[in-house]
Amino acid sequence: MSDEQPVYSEKVMEHFRNPRNVGEMESPDGIGHVGNPVCGDIMELYIRVVDHVITDARFKTFGCGAAIATSSMVTELVKGKTIEEALELSNRAVAEALGGLPPIKMHCSVLAEEALKSAIEDYLQKHPKPDSA
Amino acid sequence: MNRVYLDYAATTPTHPDVVQAMLPFFGESFGNASSLYSYGREARAAITAARSSVARLIGADEDEIVFTGGGTEADNMALKGIAFAADGKYNHIITTSIEHHAVLGSCEFLENLGFHVTYLPVDKYGLVAPDDVRKAITDNTLVISVMHANNEVGTIQPIAEIGRIARDAGVYFHTDAVQTAGHVPIAVNDMGIDLLSVSAHKLYGPKGVGALFVRTGTRISPLIHGGAQERNRRAGTENLAGIVGFGTAAELARGTMTEEATVLGTLRDRLITGLLERIPEAQLNGHPTSRLPNNVNVSIDYVEGESMLLHLDMEGICASTGSACTSGSLEPSHVLLSMGLSHQLAHGSLRLSLGKWTTGEDVERVLETLQEIVSKLRAMSPLYKAPGRSAQ
Repeated sequence: MSDEQPVYSEKVMEHFRNPRNVGEMESPDGIGHVGNPVCGDIMELYIRVVDHVITDARFKTFGCGAAIATSSMVTELVKGKTIEEALELSNRAVAEALGGLPPIKMHCSVLAEEALKSAIEDYLQKHPKPDSA
Repeated sequence: MNRVYLDYAATTPTHPDVVQAMLPFFGESFGNASSLYSYGREARAAITAARSSVARLIGADEDEIVFTGGGTEADNMALKGIAFAADGKYNHIITTSIEHHAVLGSCEFLENLGFHVTYLPVDKYGLVAPDDVRKAITDNTLVISVMHANNEVGTIQPIAEIGRIARDAGVYFHTDAVQTAGHVPIAVNDMGIDLLSVSAHKLYGPKGVGALFVRTGTRISPLIHGGAQERNRRAGTENLAGIVGFGTAAELARGTMTEEATVLGTLRDRLITGLLERIPEAQLNGHPTSRLPNNVNVSIDYVEGESMLLHLDMEGICASTGSACTSGSLEPSHVLLSMGLSHQLAHGSLRLSLGKWTTGEDVERVLETLQEIVSKLRAMSPLYKAPGRSAQ
């Protein structure tokens, strides 16, 4: 136990208390699965894609307050974005949208970014380029 | 909202009687105990009285108590002080993998200076095998350091047995009794203890003061040099009010310890039984019977500790976890991992430690609240598959 206790912003706590877009999605177009029990954070992110635009995103997360808040925020930020735009969403943008994260919690935002990228990759694999059907 | 404090193992509220006993020493009795005039003599008398109270609590002689700045300093002094005073031949230390960081950190420091340290394993309940201690002793062993009870999981070690082994081998025996002093009976002579660490704020005393029991005849170097305070073993003007508070807390504890342990033990068992009944796929960490009367530690599968703490805090309940997320590192509790828990279960651990002002209603409130919190967190956990649903 150290003195480096994370102090969360109001926004982080708000998303932790009332996480947006929680739960699985019926037949999603892409699923991202990142993290492992060793580090203590596991995120599953599901996306719905219509005409190359992410119309819906949902998540399930095992992890700390920051992990839940970043999962919630990334699903909010990504809705309405094209695949290209979504791929540019950085972990910093997620952290900033939450009013910042304590330094030792920045890895949670990295995980959120990776979950999103992993879901998009899954989507792109299932829907190969030449004008996916 | 009424807050429910269930983190007495982290720190206890200072008892009102202790505060009252301390107050004069911030005011009219402010003297420096080293001064010859009346103020100094009053201060010296108060420290002497406190010293004998602390000594009585553990069955020691007054002269064997060195006041320190807390439990961590006492642990540091025990290990480094013994190591610095030793002949070069005695360069081996035996300890366990579940000690408090004050002991582990001191051992790592001594390793850097060339000492060899054996970290003994524990079983799934967090118990050290006395036979492992015996086998680890070599001709070079200087000191054995095994905590009396673990701060996270509450397991009480077979200290008297280990003390006998140490004595037979002619090796010093140190125990970190920060979690037990004032809660569980201690008799340093019967238990074969040569050095013992205590902290005041774990027994309703103030923070910033503790003590190291040093058996007469033990060769130990001071860590802090300067004046002749504490019989040349710990320099610096004494923390007068703190020491007085510590003495009062020790005196109170000696009178109430047995009854308090009975009351808390009953509440503890209600809490453990209730948690395991209400929350499926939860397990008790630590020993079922050889356990601190106030310690509950459970692992709740599929959920993470910090999330549970934050939700409990929103409901006014204060608890603790062995999850990495609150430790400032990415590793969960070294104690739980040493006991063989998976990372997932270590991250899902929750410690509820009870104390003097814990009530039956508190226990009920925690049971109800935690059940809801766990359901909520499991519903959003990708690891949890609700009963009746097939895994993906």
